[in-house]
Amino acid sequence: MNIFVNGKQECIESCTLAQLIAWKKLDAGALVVELNQQIIKQEFWPTTELQDADRLEMLSFVGGG
Amino acid sequence: MNDDVLLLGGKEFSNRLLTGTGKFGNHGQIPKMLAASGSQMITVALRRVDISEQSENILEYIPKNVTLLPNTSGARSAEQAVRVARIAREAGCGDFIKIEVITDMKYLMPDNWETLKATEILAKEGFQVLPYVLPDLPLAKRLENAGAAAVMPLGSPIGTNRGLETKPLIAMLIENASVPIIVDAGIGKPSQAAAAMEMGADAVLVNTAIATARDPEAMGRAFDLAVKAGRAAYLAEMAEASTLARASSPLTGFLDEEQP
Repeated sequence: MNIFVNGKQECIESCTLAQLIAWKKLDAGALVVELNQQIIKQEFWPTTELQDADRLEMLSFVGGG
Repeated sequence: MNDDVLLLGGKEFSNRLLTGTGKFGNHGQIPKMLAASGSQMITVALRRVDISEQSENILEYIPKNVTLLPNTSGARSAEQAVRVARIAREAGCGDFIKIEVITDMKYLMPDNWETLKATEILAKEGFQVLPYVLPDLPLAKRLENAGAAAVMPLGSPIGTNRGLETKPLIAMLIENASVPIIVDAGIGKPSQAAAAMEMGADAVLVNTAIATARDPEAMGRAFDLAVKAGRAAYLAEMAEASTLARASSPLTGFLDEEQP
């Protein structure tokens, strides 16, 4: 299936959000995730099954004024 | 002595220098700058992670006793600013949010209209909203009525270090606003921060001038002193300026003077 991660289309096997994050080796502690404009708290990552055409925003806090 | 606290968004701050986390050469300088400056509130931004590389978590460099002020930088509309604010709060950054909506990429001028719209929405949702604006008195009153926790007028464009180019307009806000006025953007030197505080600003926000100094830690200390000096001068109520000289020493009673 195809999903969009930070605006980029990716073809992945069906998996949970937690699995995708682990596979991408992202620092879970620093990560904020929005799925189809809904914020998904970390406790729900393992139970969130990704669907075809999902749009994910993987965000984190950075330096800024 | 410190009963002169800044009440901002229902929280008391004994330090009136707000700082930012942008442009530091390395993030390890941030906690040192915070300790040296005494700053109790610091801005952070929210961005997409670079999937291809490990990035540092900026929050790890900010001590827990420092209040986070996430900004909505990158937003080009009220809707985007609202979305970023909600994400930041959901991520555990608290209720404070600096609204920054910029559509002009040449001067990075804030879009006052979109900023007001975002403020109206977010204040209703219980956010402590700090809108970054071009100083304009009617707008400031509208922001107040919308429930803004403070108004943050710019001194000069972001990162220019040109100081208080909008000084007379900021003065109008200070004289008429009932919420704190925090001068944000463009302050390049401690003397300019002191000048803002002398005229009665409630606080200043300084990022570039500290972060890009050769020694950010020492510059943080310098800005703290300047803000304190300016605030103390404002509270002491300064003497007026005049065109003609007024002698400080007596003009009579000098030797050889003829007596009537």
